[in-house]
Amino acid sequence: MSKINITELTTVIRSKNAGPYELTFDLIFKSEDIFEYVVKNNYITEELIAELYNIDKSKVISVVPYSPSKAIKATIVRPIAAGDIGETDVYGAQQHGPLLNIEIPWKGRDIS
Amino acid sequence: MKEFKILAPTAILGYGFPVESFKKGMDKSPDLIAVDAGSVDPGPYYLGAGKSFTDRTAVKRDLRFMLKAAKKQNIPVSIGSAGGAGGKEHLDWNVEIIEEILAEEKLDLKVVVINSQLDKSYLVDKLEKNDIVPLFPAKEINAEIIKESTNIVGQMGVEPFIKAIDMGADVIVAGRAYDPAVFAAHPIKLGYDSGLAMHMGKILECASIAASPGSGRDAMLGTLGEDYFILEPMNDQRSCTTDSVAAHSLYEKTNPFLLPGPGGTLNLKETTYQQLDDRRVKVKGSRFEPADEYTIKLEGAASVGKRTISIAGTRDPIMIKQIDDIIKEVELQVKDNFQDGNYEYTLNFHVYGKNGVMGALEPNLTPTSHELGLVIDVVAQTKEVADTICSFTRSTMLHYGYENRKATAGNLAFPYSPSDIYAGDVYQFTIQHLLKNIDPENLFDTRRLQDYKKGVE
Repeated sequence: MSKINITELTTVIRSKNAGPYELTFDLIFKSEDIFEYVVKNNYITEELIAELYNIDKSKVISVVPYSPSKAIKATIVRPIAAGDIGETDVYGAQQHGPLLNIEIPWKGRDIS
Repeated sequence: MKEFKILAPTAILGYGFPVESFKKGMDKSPDLIAVDAGSVDPGPYYLGAGKSFTDRTAVKRDLRFMLKAAKKQNIPVSIGSAGGAGGKEHLDWNVEIIEEILAEEKLDLKVVVINSQLDKSYLVDKLEKNDIVPLFPAKEINAEIIKESTNIVGQMGVEPFIKAIDMGADVIVAGRAYDPAVFAAHPIKLGYDSGLAMHMGKILECASIAASPGSGRDAMLGTLGEDYFILEPMNDQRSCTTDSVAAHSLYEKTNPFLLPGPGGTLNLKETTYQQLDDRRVKVKGSRFEPADEYTIKLEGAASVGKRTISIAGTRDPIMIKQIDDIIKEVELQVKDNFQDGNYEYTLNFHVYGKNGVMGALEPNLTPTSHELGLVIDVVAQTKEVADTICSFTRSTMLHYGYENRKATAGNLAFPYSPSDIYAGDVYQFTIQHLLKNIDPENLFDTRRLQDYKKGVE
């Protein structure tokens, strides 16, 4: 099956602190169809998040689909607490980059 | 049941709002103006140092509009997480601004002040009774950490606000508060459903961020009924859509269905979002589930030293290729040079163009940029040591003879003279814990303004 980049399927891909010790990622999909397709086929998993961020799976706290927002939410343990010495992103708002590389198996479906 | 309307002028007090949106909100005859004034998101410095991350002039501007309009229409004003982080110094700062406005505008308003900074000896005692437990993934703490932390605040729920309402408050100014509590306390006191009131507060605390296009510096009106609430942005340029509102439930939270707060959990599993017209959304089904045991969250920060930085760039491809090895070697030379000094310091390099933004999480390890930005970042116990290590690191790197070097005049481009910048105090979060076995109403010192004492003991 051919693949499609996740940016084609989403309206929002963002990262943010959830408190000082966690980073949370939101992927909001363009339509309920796309959201359900991605969730049903289990394309966004704890394993995938761990792989993308090169972290141990135990550092992935959760991957939760949230249908009212057509969203999948993933949360990981911050490598260091917000603002600790060595911090690179106090608000955690620029940690979404690796998610933009996700490729979803796709064949002849309408994206609208 | 008569509807209860709350105007949220802005997402953070001091972020501002268009006067037009605010006036439109006041024309809707709200029953309350409420605003969240803070967050821990800007990092540990503000809580630790007792400083606000918002600007005093900007905060005063917003408050002047709110207090004058509230007096004119005889409705209350509620302010939570005063001064940004809600410590005693933050609260004093915000109270002083309110006092100035009341005097300048000759407003006679009953102000009640709620202090959320908790006494350290009380907390040490609670720790010994095992009433302080880490909020995952925070670590265990000990009495030493409590004593070393500069400011420790408790995140209050609606109970102290309700006490302040009972004391006849026209204006409530509270220290660190659970964001939705600032909005939810008045309607809960009147008998409205706490799940809906809390969920409406959770959205209103960000003002128009939940609209499309979203903005934190624009007003939103929330209308609470018996089994629903309605959201409407006060700027005609914005609309609430089911998508924009539902998406907001995700924001900054670990789990979108269960939002834990003081005394219980906001459960959004049965929540429905309905488009009423092109600008308003109706929400139903949110529930508040009281916990078996009432807990609140504690937040604390402590000083970890003083910082000096130097900012530089490199445009040499031979150097860029070896940047990791060069940094390692420079670090070793700095360590070697001061090995007899017993200096305690942390030296970090931020390499922009490589992994400056993601650090340890960066999966792409090969820089592709033709130039790199460098920040030499030193934290030490004293300014003198931070200055010394930064200066020595900068000069060592500037003249370091890396392999195959052609450019022998200097390795770094500095945008500033002086090249080294003393950045002051550095703090870290120390406490993110739950406090158990408390009386949520009386844990926080709640006083009328005339009985409130400024200053930290």
